[in-house]
Amino acid sequence: MDTVEKSTFSLKSLVSRINVPTLIVLVFWIFIMILGVINNVSLTSMITDSIGRFGALGILSLAMVPSIQSGTGPNFALPIGMVCGLLGMVCAIQFGFTSWGWLIISILLSVVFACIIGYGYGILMNAVKGSEMTIATYTGWAFVWLFSMLWVILPFTDLRLRLPLGQGLRQDIQLAGINARNILTNSLSFDINGIFIPTGMILFFFLCCFLVWMFMRSKKGIAITAGGTNPMFAGAAGLHVNRNRIYAGMLSMVLGAVGTVIYAQHFGFIQLYLFPMMFAFIAVAAVMIGGATVRRANITHVIVGVLIFQGLSANMAPVANAMFPGTDIPEALRTIVQNGIILYALMHAKGGGGK
Amino acid sequence: MSTNLLSFKNITKNYSGNTVLKNVNIDIRSGEIHALVGENGAGKSTLMNILFGMPVIHSTGGFEGVMELDGKAVDIKSPFQAMDMGVGMVHQEFMLIPGFTVTENIKINREITRDTGLNKVTKKIFGSRIQTLDRPAMSADAVKALETMEIGIEEFTVVKGMPVGHMQFVEIAREIDKTNIRLLVLDEPTAVLTESEAETLIHAMRNLAKKGISIIFISHRLDEITAASDRVTVLRDGELIITKDTKDTNVIELAELMVGRGVSIDRVIADRAGSGDVILTIKDLHVAMPGERVSGVDLEVRKGEILGIGGLAGQGKLGIANGLIGLYQAKGEVVFDGKPLPLGNARNALSSGIAYVSEDRKGVGLLLEEPIELNIAFTSMQIHNKFLQSIGPFRFYHAQSIRANARQMIEDLDIRCTSALQPVGRLSGGNQQKVCVARALTQKPRLLFVSEPTRGIDIGAKKLILDLLLKLADQGMTIVMTSSELAELRSICDRIAIICEGKVAGILKPDAPAADFGLMMSGAADLVKEETTFPHVIPPDSFAVGADFGNLGTEGGAE
Repeated sequence: MDTVEKSTFSLKSLVSRINVPTLIVLVFWIFIMILGVINNVSLTSMITDSIGRFGALGILSLAMVPSIQSGTGPNFALPIGMVCGLLGMVCAIQFGFTSWGWLIISILLSVVFACIIGYGYGILMNAVKGSEMTIATYTGWAFVWLFSMLWVILPFTDLRLRLPLGQGLRQDIQLAGINARNILTNSLSFDINGIFIPTGMILFFFLCCFLVWMFMRSKKGIAITAGGTNPMFAGAAGLHVNRNRIYAGMLSMVLGAVGTVIYAQHFGFIQLYLFPMMFAFIAVAAVMIGGATVRRANITHVIVGVLIFQGLSANMAPVANAMFPGTDIPEALRTIVQNGIILYALMHAKGGGGK
Repeated sequence: MSTNLLSFKNITKNYSGNTVLKNVNIDIRSGEIHALVGENGAGKSTLMNILFGMPVIHSTGGFEGVMELDGKAVDIKSPFQAMDMGVGMVHQEFMLIPGFTVTENIKINREITRDTGLNKVTKKIFGSRIQTLDRPAMSADAVKALETMEIGIEEFTVVKGMPVGHMQFVEIAREIDKTNIRLLVLDEPTAVLTESEAETLIHAMRNLAKKGISIIFISHRLDEITAASDRVTVLRDGELIITKDTKDTNVIELAELMVGRGVSIDRVIADRAGSGDVILTIKDLHVAMPGERVSGVDLEVRKGEILGIGGLAGQGKLGIANGLIGLYQAKGEVVFDGKPLPLGNARNALSSGIAYVSEDRKGVGLLLEEPIELNIAFTSMQIHNKFLQSIGPFRFYHAQSIRANARQMIEDLDIRCTSALQPVGRLSGGNQQKVCVARALTQKPRLLFVSEPTRGIDIGAKKLILDLLLKLADQGMTIVMTSSELAELRSICDRIAIICEGKVAGILKPDAPAADFGLMMSGAADLVKEETTFPHVIPPDSFAVGADFGNLGTEGGAE
């Protein structure tokens, strides 16, 4: 009897430790995979897709950790960081870099752009305390539209970037042309029974996670967290809460920019113009599904959330296609489910225990 | 004049086992001004909450005893019911709408509406809510109410931008405009008024009383109480001490009754005269802390002493430490250990060797969701770069030393917890306080500010905290303790500064008579005998506990 009671107790405590939304979306993901198998979608390709998306989109969700911990809330202005990433990549092509050189220079340039823009964004967030999330969303969108004009005007001359006719940059810029398609994805990669493991990209994501984890445990990182959980406490300990919020905003934007470069090399092309618009919601939804709140997020939330949410997103399309071939239903279904999950995640984005 | 309008009979009230009112009997006669006097926590607010049937009373199990209005027992369940019975309250905080005129504020939610012409039709369809206002009638009412008090406020002025004194009168006018008003409660109405405005108010109160309206007047200013009231009731620790005709008593007696002469001071006076050097000099300190405004404090702290800062709530005693640390905007001249201390940022104060334990434990003092060990190490880590390990140019959390320090503090201060990793939010109040003190001690400060160290913790834990402070002082730490509990200050402090209206009213010896403390708290410091006080600014080489400063005079009170 004793052991039975003990095991039910520990099961209970395990369940109570796992976030309910996490569990529900996980169950739904498994359900979709089963549906896929029933409809003759290959399981290995589904798993490959999931892992690929996990590696490609992880860093964008990781960007939420510093901004949530600093008390600014999820970084709904992520498109700003993403535009910095796009700008870095386009500049690197313009300067004639290819292959690994292009990847490294793209990352360096986007980090610089993101730092500059992130600083201004941090100041804005300090000016609108209390309504950061809404203002961030619209600022992000406005920035995307601003760059939609700038992509046409900016004086890029490289023919791989420009539209063949007329003025401005292309909608999609192929990375195959500069030998950078899948460059990180394919490095160190291998197959297990047909499942493709993009080792280089996954390792890079984990490296970023490790760096952010280290940063959050540094003196500055602890100060940022304290300022986020209790600004009065941080102030009484002599910290500059507003300045720390700016640093956190910059770090978040940098991660957004780097994440965009990784995303682009994985899918093989740079998408300009309206591409970044809705990514903030995807990135935020993933950490929320992982168990984060608008006041507290850690690396575990990111890894768990991205795996489940992006895994589900990756498998939705092929499964729906197999079930309703030759119709528009799969696309509609995919949109409904993905946005439904975002809505669900944001509904559960409950405020933490802080003030 | 002799009939009782309102009687409290054997009122007893418990808040979760804590008795805040014991068998209180008070009669309020028709047309009298009845003053209610007591320290913070004496039970004045609870009594008024009972009178108004506030939800806080009924959600905590109600109260024992009976209230009688006109000799009939009444059961007031809500503030609206109290209003229907003709009981009105003027609040300390202004409850006026700034953009509205005086008339609109006075008549709010009791507007007079027209009942003619189109209004007859709209009323049938939409109800009275959308009838147009009869502004002339409303203005006439407002003027009538204002005239009752004989003050010249124009009813068409917009409230925004009015002097605060006038706002107070508008609030009172709103109450007396209610046609059935019979009893008016004024809670610290003079706190925000200038002296001449206060006089006008007292005059207005007298006029109201002549018209048969009874007034319960709550104030900490004893001189106003003696000037304005007919009778006065003193409450202390929830008990009725006395009800007297004001003409038969005086300020000194009231002060003594309020503070209580029977306070047993459980005190071991150690010889903590120290070196006698001044470690902290404060000159003309102003702090913009809402509700605890400091307006011109001069104070000196000697090395090795425990200086107490006392006074009634809202008088500014809490603002001093908060301003020095830099949590609220402050200006003034502060010299710590020979060097000027720039105000406005906690970093300056903390890095120069001052530590601070806030009165707001949960709000300012702790990261409730974080473990004990981080809470203890936090300030030392951020300010003094302790508990960190360097990797290249970066400095990281050093878990071992943080854990070791936390374990040591848990043992030294006897913090009751499951482990150093327990979130502080799960600890009891007393243990949370110990964590706050542990953080301050970890900074190894030369000067320690503690504010309300025993607020909200049980008696056993209180004693532990006070003993700890004594022990620290014996080890040579200078301590400035701010507290609302006079008995506590008197039991461990070497000198006690009483703050009244944002200034130092005077500095008393811990064994000074109770009446002196009461007088200083009530703005009547000039009545305190000289031999029980210290001067604000200590002349060199004259500091010793119990030394006679009789010939130096006081600088307190009326500056």
